[in-house]
Amino acid sequence: MEQLIDKLKHEIIGVLNLSEMTPADIDENAPLFIEGLGLDSIDALELIVLLEKNYGLKLGTAEEGKRVLHSVRSMAEFITSNKKG
Amino acid sequence: MQHKVVVTGIGIISAIGFDTKGVMDSLQAQRSGIGRLSLIDSVYKDEIPVAEIKATNDELLQIADPGITGNYSRTSLLGIIAARQAIAAARIDVSAPGRTGLISATTVGGMDRSEIFYRGYLSGSGKARLRDVVTHDCGDSTEKIADCTGIRDYITTINTACSSSANAIMVGARLIREGKLDRVVAGGTDALTLFTLNGFNSLMILDRNPCRPFDEDRNGLNLGEGSGFLVLESEEFACRENKNVLGVIKGYGNACDAYHQTASSPEGHGACLSMLKALEVAGLAPDAISYINAHGTGTKNNDLSEGVALETVFQAGIPHCSSTKSYTGHTLGAAGGIEAVLSIIALQHQWIYPNLNFARPMNELGFVPVTAFVTGIPVNCIMSNSFGFGGNNSTLIFSRY
Amino acid sequence: MEELYIISDHCIIRNNSVVSGGKKVFEYDRGGEPSFFTALYRHFDLNYPKFFKMDNLCKLGLLASEVLLREKNILRRYPGDQVGLILSNAASSIDTDRNYQISINDRTGYFSSPSVFVYTLANIVIGEISIRQKFLGESTFFIEEKFNPERLYTQVKLILDEGIISCCICGWVELDGDHYEAVLYLVEKSAPLADGIAIFEPEKLHEIFLQRI
Repeated sequence: MEQLIDKLKHEIIGVLNLSEMTPADIDENAPLFIEGLGLDSIDALELIVLLEKNYGLKLGTAEEGKRVLHSVRSMAEFITSNKKG
Repeated sequence: MQHKVVVTGIGIISAIGFDTKGVMDSLQAQRSGIGRLSLIDSVYKDEIPVAEIKATNDELLQIADPGITGNYSRTSLLGIIAARQAIAAARIDVSAPGRTGLISATTVGGMDRSEIFYRGYLSGSGKARLRDVVTHDCGDSTEKIADCTGIRDYITTINTACSSSANAIMVGARLIREGKLDRVVAGGTDALTLFTLNGFNSLMILDRNPCRPFDEDRNGLNLGEGSGFLVLESEEFACRENKNVLGVIKGYGNACDAYHQTASSPEGHGACLSMLKALEVAGLAPDAISYINAHGTGTKNNDLSEGVALETVFQAGIPHCSSTKSYTGHTLGAAGGIEAVLSIIALQHQWIYPNLNFARPMNELGFVPVTAFVTGIPVNCIMSNSFGFGGNNSTLIFSRY
Repeated sequence: MEELYIISDHCIIRNNSVVSGGKKVFEYDRGGEPSFFTALYRHFDLNYPKFFKMDNLCKLGLLASEVLLREKNILRRYPGDQVGLILSNAASSIDTDRNYQISINDRTGYFSSPSVFVYTLANIVIGEISIRQKFLGESTFFIEEKFNPERLYTQVKLILDEGIISCCICGWVELDGDHYEAVLYLVEKSAPLADGIAIFEPEKLHEIFLQRI
């Protein structure tokens, strides 16, 4: 799980152009939106694309999206519990 | 000295009609142009409804002018068709004395052909034709319209997303008002492309069903294509030539929402400002507005934001209001121009359009749009909203002459 | 009598240099940051992380506006809805359009990028400047073959005359790949007498635009 969390942090920094940040700057338990990293709606969409592109996982509803994208840890847990094969 | 700005001609092509008459028939019959994508090969064609004009580019070329040769993007062809209709309706001879301008607007430009070129180019197959990319620039469609209509005195292109052609009309009206030009052909044009289909889909704001503006269960917009142009003239010029005046550009306003690149502020701040500015320029109180042609795209965000703004501006009660995007789809840069034409038609015939597909009001607001095709009520002043990405919010007010 | 307005300041970004009010304030050191825009961002210590999400046209426009408006406290002198933005260019958003097209080219393997698509409109640069500065006034983006000082003068003067705005940031923000330049003017109804202010007129706009830096 910790390896996945670290990988996710690198991917998030890359896909969201957070070039001011390193993985160490991101708290995996902190909220990604509003507080914490303060991401916006476009960032949310990019994370949805990231999950599909890198992990083959599609989010079904906005509610599911809110839960899964709450924090880096919740994203990692979603990936782990939906891993295929 | 400020000149009154009047409308002497309108031209339109959209999914609900190839000209003013065709569009009027569809409006009265409550026949929407939203359906299945058929002319573009997209992986989404069975999934995402669009308001497509059922004519190939070759067919549009025949309608625009069978005699013209050269490279024409779909956007240009639509623009030529609508602009020429407007000029013919206004009985304008651009070679006669008078300073005539063309202010056109587009967001897509020649992308419909560029994307074909690019795919071929990147595949390395050698099949890509350079002639498909020379029409890419936004300015190209304006130049083509100018060439086909003979307008030379003042030509420019506006690109402010979904408020583009409303801004074209505003800028044109202002130039006439201040005596810089005597007449202006103003409006916009945009064609459907894979580029915009994929782009809006990536923003997750496309409804998989026909859009439901202002409905609690709305789920996004449907993309559309088309073109709408007005001929604007100074009143003196129009009267000198005994023109038939269809309406007056009574007011206009533009403001920035300054909130987000693509979302509108929850309180609809920019929308409030543009509506208030337009009323101020018009010298009107809110209760003078008979009908509002809303931006009403059908997205969760716009309709709530615009609804809040309407309640803020029209505190004594929102007048008759509807979104015609449930007929025409969201035609992006052409929306302001197309909806201006629909507003002028409404003024002439004293019509109020229904907001198709509406069932339940939004929980947050009390507002219910018009759901029937209404006649028999005085329609003296129409407000038309067009709100673009980048927070560019525009409002036009048209009144009877 | 015709109302006269003032160009109270201007800035130019061209040839990897920045000139503000006639003085060079930055020159790009290629040995430092890999990108001119990032180098300029760091030089002025902007502390605005959203910068990194923008496309290059928006970065250029935002940086030019930062240079033009630094230490001016515009919103102390004018309400936000009295500040307008009139910009123009020739290339529209072609640079980002290309990037976006690449992301959707392969029919089977594409992942359309929303954060790239958002920037495939020329006027988003106005949106970004407005969000940063909290400007709510009228704004338009014109596409012209080349910088047109008479056209710009007319459009800005009309809205100042109409009283729609009291102050306008206007100019040219052009970017296509490695070619970029921005020339921004701050036009006001009145301004305190200072070095470098000039009457707002097409000839002056043109003269400033052509400055060699």
